[in-house]
Amino acid sequence: MTATGTFTPRPGAAPLPRMIRAQAALETRMLLRNGEQLLLTVIIPTLLLVLFSAVDIIDTGAGRSVDFLAPGILALAVLSTAFTGQAIATGFERRYGVLKRLAASPLPRWGLMTAKTCAVLVTEVLQIALLTAVALALGWSPHGNPAAVAGLLILGTAAFSGLGLLMAGTLKAEATLAAANLVFLLLLVGGGVIVPLAKFPEAAQAVLGLLPITALSDGLRTVLQHGAGVPWSDLGILAVWAVAGLGAAARFFRWE
Amino acid sequence: MRTEPAVEVVGLVKRYGTKTAVDGLDLTVARGAVTAVLGPNGAGKTTTVEICEGYRRADAGTVRVLGLDPVADAAALRPRIGVMLQSGGVYPGARADEMLRHTAGLHAHPVDVDLLIERLGLGSCGRTAYRRLSGGQQQRLALAMAVVGRPELVFLDEPTAGLDPQARRATWDLVRELRQDGVSTVLTTHFMDEAEQLADDVAIIDGGRVIARGTPEELCRGGAENTLRFTGRPGLDVTSLLKALPADSAATELTPGTYRVDGKVGPQLLATVASWCAQHGVMPDAIAVERHTLEDVFLELTGKELRA
Repeated sequence: MTATGTFTPRPGAAPLPRMIRAQAALETRMLLRNGEQLLLTVIIPTLLLVLFSAVDIIDTGAGRSVDFLAPGILALAVLSTAFTGQAIATGFERRYGVLKRLAASPLPRWGLMTAKTCAVLVTEVLQIALLTAVALALGWSPHGNPAAVAGLLILGTAAFSGLGLLMAGTLKAEATLAAANLVFLLLLVGGGVIVPLAKFPEAAQAVLGLLPITALSDGLRTVLQHGAGVPWSDLGILAVWAVAGLGAAARFFRWE
Repeated sequence: MRTEPAVEVVGLVKRYGTKTAVDGLDLTVARGAVTAVLGPNGAGKTTTVEICEGYRRADAGTVRVLGLDPVADAAALRPRIGVMLQSGGVYPGARADEMLRHTAGLHAHPVDVDLLIERLGLGSCGRTAYRRLSGGQQQRLALAMAVVGRPELVFLDEPTAGLDPQARRATWDLVRELRQDGVSTVLTTHFMDEAEQLADDVAIIDGGRVIARGTPEELCRGGAENTLRFTGRPGLDVTSLLKALPADSAATELTPGTYRVDGKVGPQLLATVASWCAQHGVMPDAIAVERHTLEDVFLELTGKELRA
């Protein structure tokens, strides 16, 4: 046996599944540790759900307001994590050279993106569990096909991830921070999350109806509030956004 | 034992728009040695290193790192190299030990993380988030991340910029140990003493080309002429001294009684001066040979301050 020092070369990548698992765990911890992110992903959706269910501020149509609000708030949770949170975090990772340094590690780029997606999904599961518990406590009675709900949430996540990564990979970190928050606010108001789309003028409704947030909140409401079948048109709108967003992100994303 | 060099760059050209950052650069990095790349800002150091790391594509020329193409063979190359960027590279909210353990976990046979934390004094970082660490702590973490995977070749981009003397010494010790353990190291630096202390081989880059290379000793000897000073009686006959010296030397009385000889200062010249003094009944007091430092060589070659 030859004597070996501490640094005697013995290079090698860890097995791919282990790298992706470790990266996903780290990304999730970074998301959950960030105070501003938690405000966006947990506190704001929970407060909106409780406030608008308890106080009759907006006319949400027939039935209990929580039945109208809960699906919208679930859509907001997806928006906050997959789009706003991911865009801001990734924008700053790009700015601080985190993506650059990881590009020189054994973890392939697609592995990093897979890990980021896992972190977003884990965060969403936690959000949905919390928001569902709060909504049930407020008297929510959901209906419908769980598979349709899962399909909507996953396509919504894909659509918002694509748009968030496109923003993070092309704009400056500060611009991403401002724009992602602004888009969050605009979609919160205009995307059928807490304000029914019917409140807007008809011409506006036609445009707003094509937004991914509207498709997601409307689709979730169709299933969860009205117990209807699979909302194909909403799924279709989300699929188009997902393909366009992820395609553009893959094409234009800059790592440095 | 593989005989191919760790890095082989031939005729490298890189342009950014109309600006040529690297202009026909040749560089060979020997296995198991420390190679320092010196140059003023904008000389093309970082561009060259980042092309070797696979971050950028060359516009012309060939680059082989551990025998591989850094872009085409990136997947095979990445596990074998360690990279320390000039700054950043860590999640702002991550703790030092957390990030180092994570980086170790991406490799098959990493260095013991606790040992590395102790060696580089990273224990003092505690549970502090990266963005709140001092510049020196951030630098040492980046260095630890570059070596934790037990790479064959490490690229260190200005590893001691902004470090206090103690941390700087710890970094130097680590680089020496890397060399001892057979790791090849490419080091860009602004510090001449760092290159003199650590490097087996120095490449001085200016205007996107290598303008001088060799061991620190060779560069100091070859580039600049050296100086010999002594004191004696005022008003010695300098012309007579000059006659005794080799043709390419110069001798002057700087101030009354202080003499300076410029030329290829070696044992022979020293003996010539001493024997001339003996012939003239002069005791040469305070005789001193001034060796030129790498800094002088650098200034002479580039006409630039290194830390400009």
